[in-house]
Amino acid sequence: MRKNSSYRTRRAVGRTLVYIILILCTVISIMPFLWMILTSVKSTAEAYRFPPSIIPKKWLWINYTNGLGKANFLLFFKNTVLVSLLCTVGTVISAQVVAYGFARFQCKGSKLWYTLMMATMMLPSQVTLIPQYLLYLKMGMVDTYWPLIIPAWLGGGAFNIFLFIQFFRTLPKELNEAAYIDGASTLQTFVHIMMPSVKSVSLCVLVMSLVYNWNDFFQPLIYINSTQKFTLAIGLQFLNSSMGQTKIGQMMAVAVTTMIPVLIIFFLCQRYFIEGIKMSGIKD
Amino acid sequence: MKKSSISGFERRNTKNFYAFISPWLIGFLVLTVYPMFESFRLSLTDTGFTGTGGYIGFANFLTAFTADTRYWISFRNTLVYVLMFVPLNLILSFFLGWLLSRKVRCLGFFRSVFYIPYLTAGVAVTIMWGWLFNGSYGLINYVLSMFGISGPNWLGDKNTALMCIVLMNLWSIGNNILIMLSGIQDIPQSYYESAEIDGASTFRQIFTITIPLSTPTIFFNLVIGIINAFQLFNQPYILTDGGPVDSTRTMSMLVFQNAFEYGKMGYASAVAWTLFVAIMAITLIVQSTSRKWVFYGD
Repeated sequence: MRKNSSYRTRRAVGRTLVYIILILCTVISIMPFLWMILTSVKSTAEAYRFPPSIIPKKWLWINYTNGLGKANFLLFFKNTVLVSLLCTVGTVISAQVVAYGFARFQCKGSKLWYTLMMATMMLPSQVTLIPQYLLYLKMGMVDTYWPLIIPAWLGGGAFNIFLFIQFFRTLPKELNEAAYIDGASTLQTFVHIMMPSVKSVSLCVLVMSLVYNWNDFFQPLIYINSTQKFTLAIGLQFLNSSMGQTKIGQMMAVAVTTMIPVLIIFFLCQRYFIEGIKMSGIKD
Repeated sequence: MKKSSISGFERRNTKNFYAFISPWLIGFLVLTVYPMFESFRLSLTDTGFTGTGGYIGFANFLTAFTADTRYWISFRNTLVYVLMFVPLNLILSFFLGWLLSRKVRCLGFFRSVFYIPYLTAGVAVTIMWGWLFNGSYGLINYVLSMFGISGPNWLGDKNTALMCIVLMNLWSIGNNILIMLSGIQDIPQSYYESAEIDGASTFRQIFTITIPLSTPTIFFNLVIGIINAFQLFNQPYILTDGGPVDSTRTMSMLVFQNAFEYGKMGYASAVAWTLFVAIMAITLIVQSTSRKWVFYGD
């Protein structure tokens, strides 16, 4: 009896501790964002004050219009939408085409190609970076969006292909046989039966790839030179190096704005992000 | 007769296989295999910005190892970063993943809260951290001052700058936390029940059930974590430009700077290859130990 009650208190203490830690981590996760938003409506004079004022004395919403008007952010926004969409569509389509090949057709050498494909996940991009750049340079594609978009249409990365392969493997072979008996060609089978069957994976890859391309900094940094072709990521860095210190409020206002689309996508499609993570738990 | 029909089936299979994987295959050959060999060839030349240059043997490697003082500094910084970030990342993401697996209320809320920093991680968040770490007006030093601590100049101090980058990247490990969580959730509940009957404490259960059965997930996160950490670039590039006094200059920054700022494509390729070899060596070592500690069920 007494043992049971001490067990219960221990459990209660344990659970309280769990919540205390989780709430602490929540605060640590959220605080930086809050601070960023609060700074985004402060005047420069108020931002550079110590100790800082937590709540702005005057809410300068004009920081948003002023900041976004600088360096043509609407154009960067449009560019980013264009590039992200083209990359995402390419990834979703080409990754499942390639994955279908790996999952459904075995032949001499198919295992070796599969191993090589998986191995590229571990290849650091630094080692292929420079020849790739010189290749695009030779083809006159530097300072265009082609170097950002082309890889997405060529499989869209081993990880995405892998996600589709996992799912294709779970589909019964009878599906193919039934379609074959009905006289459907391999391509017809793929488009009309297989693609609709992996819709849930497509949605996961879609949202994750959209966010990935939205945030991507390194590729645009290397390939895009002219200001009017900037994406938000490099536009933001450009702005930061020119006025990050002097107009901190406006800088934060612009930074907050660039994150809003990602947050909207997350809240609308939360389910697919979570499912995507579950699928990516690699067990073999 | 029978033989030809089998080979007909096989031929069709082969044709279909290559037809479907062709987008990847083209990308693999043109954007991975060729560049790998080409980058090694470039590393033996004095190729400049235009892509032309002559063969100079191993001179670039010799320069990196003996003449370029920034090489070993960058190597050291990268290694220090990997050694700090990777273990902390694993421990924290396992611990928080385990906490979330304890049937907490509002799981969806906490999951989102941990995931959003990962999702938004980009230039905006990096700039935000630059502001939080500001030595004179930053929130972090303000919070410290409330406890009577006068904080350092963080990113402006060569002793703390690299640590700041570790901390800001630990803040966005939400993806790893959720991968760990999903791995832990896959462990059959019956294991814990029988341990409970045997009177094993929660602490014991973690070490005898949760950790051993999570080792495949931990191993996967470890390998990917090492490879990514070795390529650290964005945060030091955006916030410190490698400074102060080269304290945050990484191998990737050295590659980028030589290639795209100084136009030394040959030398940059040599540095990139040494980074590649270092990553491969460490990954292989980790992989070779995996048989001893990774549990793959039966």
